[in-house]
Amino acid sequence: MVPWFSWSAAILFVVGLYVSFFVAPTDSQQSEAYRIMFIHVPASILSMFIYLVMAGYAALGLIFNTRLSSMMASALAPTGALLAFLSLWTGALWGKPMWGAWWVWDARLTSELILLFLYLGFIALHASIDDPRRADRASALLAIIGSVNVPIIYFSVQWWNTLHQGATVKFTGTSMHVAMQQGMYTMLLAVWLYAIAVSLLRVRCIILERECKAQWVSELVEVRR
Amino acid sequence: MNKLSLIGLLSLVIRRDLVLAMRRRADVLTTLIFFVIVVSLFPLGVGPEMDMLRKMAPGVVWVAALLASMLSLGRMFSADYLDGTLEQMMLVPQSLSALVLAKILAHWMVSGLPLVIMAPVLGLQFDMSAQALWVLIAALLLGTPILSMIGAVGAALTLGLRGGGALVSLLVLPLCIPVLIFGAGAVEAVVSGTSAGSHLALLGALLLVALVFTPWVTALALRISME
Repeated sequence: MVPWFSWSAAILFVVGLYVSFFVAPTDSQQSEAYRIMFIHVPASILSMFIYLVMAGYAALGLIFNTRLSSMMASALAPTGALLAFLSLWTGALWGKPMWGAWWVWDARLTSELILLFLYLGFIALHASIDDPRRADRASALLAIIGSVNVPIIYFSVQWWNTLHQGATVKFTGTSMHVAMQQGMYTMLLAVWLYAIAVSLLRVRCIILERECKAQWVSELVEVRR
Repeated sequence: MNKLSLIGLLSLVIRRDLVLAMRRRADVLTTLIFFVIVVSLFPLGVGPEMDMLRKMAPGVVWVAALLASMLSLGRMFSADYLDGTLEQMMLVPQSLSALVLAKILAHWMVSGLPLVIMAPVLGLQFDMSAQALWVLIAALLLGTPILSMIGAVGAALTLGLRGGGALVSLLVLPLCIPVLIFGAGAVEAVVSGTSAGSHLALLGALLLVALVFTPWVTALALRISME
């Protein structure tokens, strides 16, 4: 399935970037700088969503002792960390011209930073335990505890009076221009597919690494060659 | 052997841990002195203007308390783990969560309570008003047990790992940020003339949530670490 997801992600990236940079109109208040949103918003959404998926897989692994779900959780973590970092980085690039500062200590920014730290903590804990099964279970517990943070990020713009703007895209409709919407949804889908493709690729490596003693691995065509 | 009641178990474990801590007073004092030194470093680093110091005092005291509590986390379970006591504790008929709760309380009495008692003295260094000092004590009294509880989860997860000390900070510090925000916020609210009630109430709420969940999660983490 990896080629399917990666090719469609690549195509959607090209289309999405074209729409966002050439088709979507210039914003009346933010002029051209708003275009960074086309990367910022999908990265932020996915960074939160991947954390939830990761915590879900981790919980499955912890409760039902299924090996594959723990492997999925550890495969998702680096992608999630990358996207959280990307969302902070693009946010900083956008914040400089708009707010006049690279960084403000605002509820949403801080909680997104905590999310990045949680991803890093998950990866670090997993890496420092040698026994993979104990590593899976210990980091699963951490992931579940950390998932408290995701709703805080999501609702932070409503709970606190923040500098970060509220959600423009809502289920009930939006105030955005149609081309902007198309650009953003395409990018969202592209990032989503990219995340799936990369995680599947990574989980394949993890499986092969852990099962390297199993017979079915040694029977693989690639291994025998 | 007669079966211990829950309260009996709690007091037994607390008493045992306190005696152990008193036999090694140096460990307790190191944490306390670390706290004092970190707080005292700030005026030297940023300069002695009283206005600025007064403004940053609550944050500095809280950050120092957070770091000092990280320092003592490694000791929470490691000695018992090394000499096998922890394994025996898992075998007792009473719930492991209750045992863990007792250990957390003992840890707080040894490492958190001295910080609370010491904090007003350090606050005077920063020229805080009497009212702000009282709120600082109240906030620390509510907040430091939460630090011990969250820290216990981290300590249990990293039990017996190489590089556990740095790792435990990486795991625990992000989770402690809300405590820091509300704890320092309470003092700042009083300084700026509003009521600290809401911040203290939120800290209290966090304390209750932590009290319910962390002993149980720590017990789970200990079981994972010990298998």
